[in-house]
Amino acid sequence: MISAPDVVAFTREEELEDDLYREPPLPEEYSVPLFPFAGQGANPWAKVAGSKFTRDFILISEFSEQVGPQPLLTIPDDAKVSGTFDLNYFSLRIMSVDYQASFVGHPPGSAYPKLNFVEDSKVVLGDSKEGAFAYVHHLTLYDLEARGFVRPFCMAYISADEHKIMQQFQELSAEFSKASECLKTGNRKAFANELEKKLKDLDYTRTVLHNETEQQKKANDKGYYTTQAIEKANELASVEKSIIEHQDLLRQIRSYPYRKLKESEFHPYEPECALDRADMGSDQDPTASDPAELGETHLYTHMPSYTPKLIKAKSAKCFDKKLKTLKELCDVYFFTQTLDQLHHIERTFRGDVCYLLTEQISRALLKQQSVTNFLFEDVSFLDEKPPEKQYRGCQGLGQDTTDEKCSEESLAPKVVISLGSYKSSVECVPIKMEQEVEDSEEPKMSESVMSEHQENLDYLDADIKGSISSGESIEVLGTEKSGSGLTKSESQASLPVIPSPQAGRSKVGSRRTVSEDSIEVLSTCPSESLIPEDFKASYPSAINEEPYVDDDEGGLRFTPRLNPGVDEGQDDVSKQESLVQVDAACCIGKESPSFLEPLPELGQKPCEADGVVRIPPQPYRPAEQGLRGGFPSHEGLSGGLLPYELDSRYLTGSREVSKSSLDECSDSTSYISSAASTCSDRTPSPAHLACAAGERHRKRAGQNALRFIRQYPFAHPAIYSLLSGRTLVVLGEDEAMVKKLVTALSIFVPNCGVYAKPVKHWVTSPLHLVDFQKWKLIGLQRTVSPAGVNVLHALSRYSRYLSILDADSKTLRCPLYKGTVVARLADHRTQIKRGSTYYMHVQSILTQLCSKAFLFAFCHHLHLPISEREPEESVVNRRINFLKLQLGLANEDIKIVQYLAELLKLHYIQEPGQGGNPLLRFDYVPSFLYKI
Amino acid sequence: MLRWLIGGGREPQGLAEKSSVQTIGEEQIQNPYTELLVLKGHQDIVRFLVQIDDYRFASAGDDGIIFLWNAQTGEKLCELHGHTHKITAIAPFSSSDDTEEKTDLIITASADRTVIVWDCTSGRQVRKVSCFHSTVKCLTVLQRLNVWLSGGSDLCVWNRKLDLLCKTSHLTDAGISALVELPKNCVAAAVGKELIIFRLSASNNGSEGWNVLEVKRLVDHQDNISSLVSVNDLTFVTGSHVGELIVWDALDWTKQASECNFWDSSVHPDVQPEIKLSQSPNETSVQHLTSDEECVFAAVGKGIYVYNLQMKRVIACQRTAHDSSVLHIEKLPNRQLISCSEDGSVRIWELREKQQLPAEPVPTGFFNMWGFGRASKQANQAAKKMQENTPMYFLELVGDLIGHSSAVQMFLYFGELGLATCSADHLIILWKDGERESSLRSLALFKKLAQNGDLQLRL
Repeated sequence: MISAPDVVAFTREEELEDDLYREPPLPEEYSVPLFPFAGQGANPWAKVAGSKFTRDFILISEFSEQVGPQPLLTIPDDAKVSGTFDLNYFSLRIMSVDYQASFVGHPPGSAYPKLNFVEDSKVVLGDSKEGAFAYVHHLTLYDLEARGFVRPFCMAYISADEHKIMQQFQELSAEFSKASECLKTGNRKAFANELEKKLKDLDYTRTVLHNETEQQKKANDKGYYTTQAIEKANELASVEKSIIEHQDLLRQIRSYPYRKLKESEFHPYEPECALDRADMGSDQDPTASDPAELGETHLYTHMPSYTPKLIKAKSAKCFDKKLKTLKELCDVYFFTQTLDQLHHIERTFRGDVCYLLTEQISRALLKQQSVTNFLFEDVSFLDEKPPEKQYRGCQGLGQDTTDEKCSEESLAPKVVISLGSYKSSVECVPIKMEQEVEDSEEPKMSESVMSEHQENLDYLDADIKGSISSGESIEVLGTEKSGSGLTKSESQASLPVIPSPQAGRSKVGSRRTVSEDSIEVLSTCPSESLIPEDFKASYPSAINEEPYVDDDEGGLRFTPRLNPGVDEGQDDVSKQESLVQVDAACCIGKESPSFLEPLPELGQKPCEADGVVRIPPQPYRPAEQGLRGGFPSHEGLSGGLLPYELDSRYLTGSREVSKSSLDECSDSTSYISSAASTCSDRTPSPAHLACAAGERHRKRAGQNALRFIRQYPFAHPAIYSLLSGRTLVVLGEDEAMVKKLVTALSIFVPNCGVYAKPVKHWVTSPLHLVDFQKWKLIGLQRTVSPAGVNVLHALSRYSRYLSILDADSKTLRCPLYKGTVVARLADHRTQIKRGSTYYMHVQSILTQLCSKAFLFAFCHHLHLPISEREPEESVVNRRINFLKLQLGLANEDIKIVQYLAELLKLHYIQEPGQGGNPLLRFDYVPSFLYKI
Repeated sequence: MLRWLIGGGREPQGLAEKSSVQTIGEEQIQNPYTELLVLKGHQDIVRFLVQIDDYRFASAGDDGIIFLWNAQTGEKLCELHGHTHKITAIAPFSSSDDTEEKTDLIITASADRTVIVWDCTSGRQVRKVSCFHSTVKCLTVLQRLNVWLSGGSDLCVWNRKLDLLCKTSHLTDAGISALVELPKNCVAAAVGKELIIFRLSASNNGSEGWNVLEVKRLVDHQDNISSLVSVNDLTFVTGSHVGELIVWDALDWTKQASECNFWDSSVHPDVQPEIKLSQSPNETSVQHLTSDEECVFAAVGKGIYVYNLQMKRVIACQRTAHDSSVLHIEKLPNRQLISCSEDGSVRIWELREKQQLPAEPVPTGFFNMWGFGRASKQANQAAKKMQENTPMYFLELVGDLIGHSSAVQMFLYFGELGLATCSADHLIILWKDGERESSLRSLALFKKLAQNGDLQLRL
């Protein structure tokens, strides 16, 4: 609400499209040729027009010891996103940046291999030729079978906008650290499990060998040892050494410093729980060599029985084995969590950086207004905490029988946690869903991609060829280095320095220019530990979306997908990966085939995973591909209309309906606008770190409110009622209509506390006095039945507390309003056309009101006498004068400010934790009947 | 308004036109109560409210639970569980013995034939007495004698240690419906149509012993006595179901005056006979009486009547003050009168003196009964015909409180803290002066600001 809406709105495309679609398209012969690079929806102002991908995405790559750097997956998992961008090439680039490698192995002077728990490294890379800039987060995972027990990975946030990466570095770093922490936690668990299995194998091998040796001893009375026996003894010795080594590794991995987990707000799981387990594990270490006891220990009783295998000597260094996939490395649960987190990052940071920044600034400012911000702001999103650890809980894990952790957790005393987490796991499903919904938009944007593809194809090829070996176009824009100040390099002097929103935030970093091969380090960031706490706190939650509800509209059926479905999808990914891995394993030295032709494969994948959902867009893909042969790019636009329509239906059908009470009743225009908001490609959505749902709700509410003030000449007194705390009842027969009005008016309702808005969308029973205490805006059903008469009777009885908006006869009964504030708030001749803009307009005026109310409430002498002997009347006079002269309020506006001030007072003096009695304030003022 | 809601057309007078009840409309300048708190807790009809001290009150009703509330904040202080049936009587019993510190007790009687004494501070049950043969219907504390009386089918006298001092013989099955303390250690008990005067006397044989003696039976009422109230040391008043009001001398128990035709056309000769016929006895029953030094205020049927003790006549009345029976009335210090009724509303009246030329004809009750439109000024002049030169009074409606959805059983006036009303809808509503509350909140706010140190300038 602090941001200037119209400036920002211009950079957002959905509204443009919104308008575009309202009018019938021009006949083709009259149309102006479009921006050459642009397909439908492309933005001529976007600097990124030259880049080969259409929107920001996240890439996970691995430096495989077998095939070298290779991309593993992208988020969104959609070929159209990366477009013609060469992922293999970019993986090579980002993985080749030298970062602090973890050293594992036999350090000099140590008998056993040593695990290093290294911090992740974070760098910013830029590839100016590709038009790609990336925040790269390197991390190392442990793998018993890998060389040196480590597998280097990296996660990269790739954007065409350099400024975004640079300015959001801290935020990106914080968010990616969470993802990385999650991965690593899972990895440690998996690694420990692996070690345990290995130990059992070794132990078993030792027993077998021991027996064999004994037998040989018995059989052999000659007094000297055969070579066979000596061999056996050696083997036994090496097995025992190996056991000790592995035990040591197990101890090390379990003694991982969990303080880090405690510090960060993102706990992949309860640290205590983990500690317990670690302790327990280390306690059991000494017994680990005894298989008889092992079977009885707590740790293993819940494990699916694992039969130890005999380990062949010298099998350890075998290269022709397949490496574990990322999912195997970190156990399914944590892998899914990480993916969720990455999806969340993607949604958080998509869109224009300008919008991101404005959002952050206004949020930061709003947070500071701790006294007043509860009134009209959605406080839940202001002080949002990291989303509840989105445990997939035991249910998801239960499917995976090889996963010990699951059974272990389910039987451990911490079951409660798992139960709670199961709940939240349901909530986190839509994160995936939304992703998929967006994926389904691909046909629409595919034209632009394709045309772009076409036109760029030529120089692209050359580009790739030329740059593979040289690396001159790669710049390291930032790397992690703590403790030194940031200076700008000459080459980047033109970078606008945008002040960071948070005051306490310091740009610590250092610049290092590596001139020889044009690798440039533009900035560095403090290491993770230096990230200010408030960044960690500003972890957006996107969990308030609900799973889909079936929607039959347009013949599209939706199967609500729950955990299993998601898991399946992931399984598919991993299956594919594992396939690839197998391939790679048998042809070492060859290029990994997986990403040679990334486009089709990535594109198909989601469709295979959930064919039902994808049905509508699918048929269009071949058609488009056919189209792009000879048609000019804008022709594709009309061709693309149909799937677009479908998609918008599909969208609303899924999301809006499920959002239940928000608004079922929007008409088709708002459908389109909502669809547009989600499917525009480059600067799509509200970057706000918060729920897209909230954003959409605001927009919808703003749209409805705009319609309301245009439609109803008596909008002013109605809004005045809400602002002055008089309960407004919207009475009507049609539920959808009433709810729509309630949604529209809800943006004017001040909150009474930090809890939910005092709005009740639909009530069918007679109202009672208690309801007016609780709710300030009520949708009420009008029926003709005898019960309906009771409802009306209650209304007439309590009419002094109520304003009644009759949606059927279009009348309003409420007190007179002669002030000026509401006129500014709801001018029916307003030039504002868009819902979100109007919402912001409303917010800004409401903020003005809030500040007046704050002044009024917190001016000491307005409420209390200056001296002991001052009569009450003079205080009252002073108060009135202040309201009228200082605050410039007229007539009924005074009551609005007084009511808001009263809410502020109540909120302030209320003890935390104590609910406080809701009180009902009212005036004895006559009501009038307004008609259209 | 109802008609407007149903039909859509605007009806200026709405329901008010049909009923003869005076309405005030939505603009009530003199009504101070602009804020309310709903106190929830009871599961059944709340019938009794009793003040404990300056800021606490107790509520009790058919669910057998007693709640203690803070009248300022609306906070629920205590829940007293112990009775298994509905509460039939409640009385506060604050002791100010020199020996012990001041304790606030309340005595409650229930239909389960028990009486429990509670400690209001701790919320504990001090003692439970369950030796009654019938339900105790009334409780009276004689502070002067430091004893309390329970009235059921017989009259028992208890000291504050809950020892039974003495009791009368079985009086009637119906039992004592009301008790009032009279001078000279006497009490008047209403038993059916009779009024029995008892005298308590110290027994000869022990210092703690008391005797209770029946002194006199007064049988002047035609019907059951429904209310009994003491006006001052010299007078007490009784009212009966058929609308008789008798003023008694408290010393020699003789009838000083009586009024028995509240509804009668003798007061309003122009009232049409059919209206008189339509009045059932219930509409003439004296539901409640209250008094100040000058006047007795009687809730009779739907109406309120002001009876002047000096002039010995009704000086002002509001024949249909409510839509339904008036259950409780109380006189406020500021010439105001509050009444509550079965129709769920509470009304605030003001007794005003009417400046009127003696020659001007007295308005008839006709307007009152038929509530002609907005001629409320005239309608208010419901004073009876009177002699010249005497001031005329009328009851002006200055405000009404609508909140309860069912009969308002009782209310408790807490001065500037507000007004507590209890109702058959299980709720208690605290009505407060919004202005005062607002400034109190400001005070609290600046106190808290000072506590938090937010008043200091932060650099």
